[in-house]
Amino acid sequence: MGEAPHQPESLLEAVELTKRFGALVANDRVSLAIRAGETHALLGENGAGKSTLVKMMCGLLQADSGELLYEGTPIVFPDPASSRAKGVGVVFQHFALFDAMTVVENVALGLPGHQPLSVLAARIDDCVRRYGLAVEPYRRVGELSVGERQRVEIVRCLLGDPRVLILDEPTSVLTPDESENLFRTVDVLTGEGRAVLFISHKLDEVRRLCHRATVLRGGKFIAEVDPKRESSASLARLMVGAEVPRTPRVTTHALGEPRLLVRHLNLPGDGSRGSALHDINIEVRAGEIVGIAGVAGNGQTALFNVLSGETLVEDQESIVIDKVAAGGLGPTERRALGAGFVPEERLGHAAAPDMRLSDNVLLTTHGDGEIVTADVIRRTTLFGRFQKIVKGFDVRFGGKDPKARRLSGGNLQKFVIGREVLRNPVLIVVDQPTWGVDAAAAGFIRTTLRERAAQGCAVLVVSQDLDELLEFTDRIAVMSEGRLTAPVPVEETSREAIGLAMGGAHGAHDSDAEGEGHHAA
Amino acid sequence: MLDAAILGAVFASIVAAATTLLIASLGELVAERAGTLNLGVEGMMIVGAAVGYATAYGSGSLLLGTLAAVLAGVLLSLVFAGLAIWLATNQVASGLATTILGLGVAGLIGSNFVGTRLDGAPELVIPGLTDLPIIGEAVFGQNAYVYASLVLLAAVTYTLARTRIGLVLRAVGENHAAAHALGHPVRGIRTLAVMFGGACAGLAGAHLSLAYTPFWASDMTAGRGWIALALVVFSAWRPLWLLGGAYLFGAVSILQLHAQGFGLGIPSQLLSSLPYLATIAALVVISALKHGQGAPASLGVPFVPDR
Repeated sequence: MGEAPHQPESLLEAVELTKRFGALVANDRVSLAIRAGETHALLGENGAGKSTLVKMMCGLLQADSGELLYEGTPIVFPDPASSRAKGVGVVFQHFALFDAMTVVENVALGLPGHQPLSVLAARIDDCVRRYGLAVEPYRRVGELSVGERQRVEIVRCLLGDPRVLILDEPTSVLTPDESENLFRTVDVLTGEGRAVLFISHKLDEVRRLCHRATVLRGGKFIAEVDPKRESSASLARLMVGAEVPRTPRVTTHALGEPRLLVRHLNLPGDGSRGSALHDINIEVRAGEIVGIAGVAGNGQTALFNVLSGETLVEDQESIVIDKVAAGGLGPTERRALGAGFVPEERLGHAAAPDMRLSDNVLLTTHGDGEIVTADVIRRTTLFGRFQKIVKGFDVRFGGKDPKARRLSGGNLQKFVIGREVLRNPVLIVVDQPTWGVDAAAAGFIRTTLRERAAQGCAVLVVSQDLDELLEFTDRIAVMSEGRLTAPVPVEETSREAIGLAMGGAHGAHDSDAEGEGHHAA
Repeated sequence: MLDAAILGAVFASIVAAATTLLIASLGELVAERAGTLNLGVEGMMIVGAAVGYATAYGSGSLLLGTLAAVLAGVLLSLVFAGLAIWLATNQVASGLATTILGLGVAGLIGSNFVGTRLDGAPELVIPGLTDLPIIGEAVFGQNAYVYASLVLLAAVTYTLARTRIGLVLRAVGENHAAAHALGHPVRGIRTLAVMFGGACAGLAGAHLSLAYTPFWASDMTAGRGWIALALVVFSAWRPLWLLGGAYLFGAVSILQLHAQGFGLGIPSQLLSSLPYLATIAALVVISALKHGQGAPASLGVPFVPDR
């Protein structure tokens, strides 16, 4: 016991934790110590084992070997309630919230024992004042924005008076402004002597906010560093284990015909949340990549569905794909016009989870006339295309032709992108191309889309990752509450301008966009 | 034509018919609010009716019969809970299997009692009040089951809305993954909710065979379990609405009997099918009003915790 030399001030410490899932070693003797008053970063790619480690540290998973120390004494958390009782609070990336209930009911569910809701509401208000976390106790969670939901989660944790607060990728759903607010809250918390474990793969944030950083790669402990003394590049090297390729962005080729033309596109709301679309105008020409930035839930999904033909609009002319009015055409007809679509949700939307990969190829290629002819599936042609996708896009999996759900997120995304790209579309619309994908795969996907553009394809990318859009798109428009600003060339805009527009300050961004008026016409 | 005495009797019988539905649907509502769709209500109800009748017939005690019926309902609900909650089987298939099993078991138990008869549960008599015209018998002259159903309604309404266990139960039905992450025992709570549903179904069965029609006939539940299921949807998962729904359906099923008696020239088969047609109509109206209104978000989805 206690073989690792640990400083006495360590509040919570993982010592050589190992966790296996079948043949996969998710955590291989991983150690991590969090001290009181510090913000500790846990860095790693998707699949590096961050979530597994966190789940073991809060009792959601049990380690196969290794131990947890709480203030230097070995401790076992059989369930999340026991870790909470010891003062370990976790805010997960996927919120544990109940949409149909009010904020105060949600908070009550996370606390032991029974308290009258009115007392709890007063405590929430108190917490809101102390930490600058704006939430209203009696609103229904289903009506809240993602940022507000996150604050509800944090408030719920804080009312349990935690000594260690674990934040799992907290900024991935926030606008730059909301992130700043969160950082201030984190500073207040550590100032009170609490410890914060900050899980992220956004290196700039980690370098700004965190006192120490533990880096994981492939389920193994790689290093513990002082992030303030590292550069983003050196941290990325530790995470990836190699240089991260930057995507060349310069557009040298001439732009061609507009492949996608959206004019005065409107979509009425469905009454509940889920923004409708108001007068959307955008043009994507052959050879360019246009990005749409914005915080989730501002109408991006509605826009994607309208573009892909899953939602039809009355005005035929409001969507023109390669000179054909397409507002009333379904997805298959739009694909026949040369369009390709990659929705945000991979399992269940882009791919059928329980169908084999080769059969998943059929989902978007059945109308192309190559793999399915005269209503008969050409198995050999299908399998040839499948092999081409797997080889060309480096899709890795076990077995010959597994079900889609067996693939990791990154590999499935490469497969889905490959499936569309090999159809040789003239227009690709991608929603969240690299969400939850590790840096190497993300770089590959961006480079591929870049190459397609160079070959004359028009690419429209919807993403919440501003850095990604700044890195590889030519023009950026911002979506906020169902409205879209005019796209601005990347070199003429800035993080700040886009951030403002994401928060709904239309004027600020529009004035920047004045010179770009001809694009939107 | 209709004098006060007849009207009073009609109201009283509407209350009696509605009571079975109210008790059974309250139990199912609790199970569904916890996220479990229990299609075994009909089976649990008829097993309750059979076991209750057999016990009461053998012991001569209606109370013992009622307790036995509740216990039988709970036991059958545990079969369903074991399959649907702990083995995470498909809830629809497991529920249907439970109903088929229940119908078989009840037929087996009841086969010895065909043609026998019991003295039904006694009705309350408050001199003066019970003798009030029209509503006297309906309000002040009912048996213990009727009053128990109303107490149960109040208890379920209060528990779901105001207590911590009610809050946790709703949370489990709303988002089981989140409830699990917060440390609530999802499967344990669902099992308790399904057991409560089984107890209610058993009690409803006892009301049928010990009070409403105090004799045994195979298939005597006659689809009331299914109507109870539809009522839960009809009520949009709100217990107080169940009261209205149950009495509406009770009224339809009684009034069609009287309509047959008046000889309206409508085929009796059509009139007998009125409650079921009303069920379908209610479901259509509800789903047309707003899609999935009020349904617990995790309803019917088996919960499997992480390894």
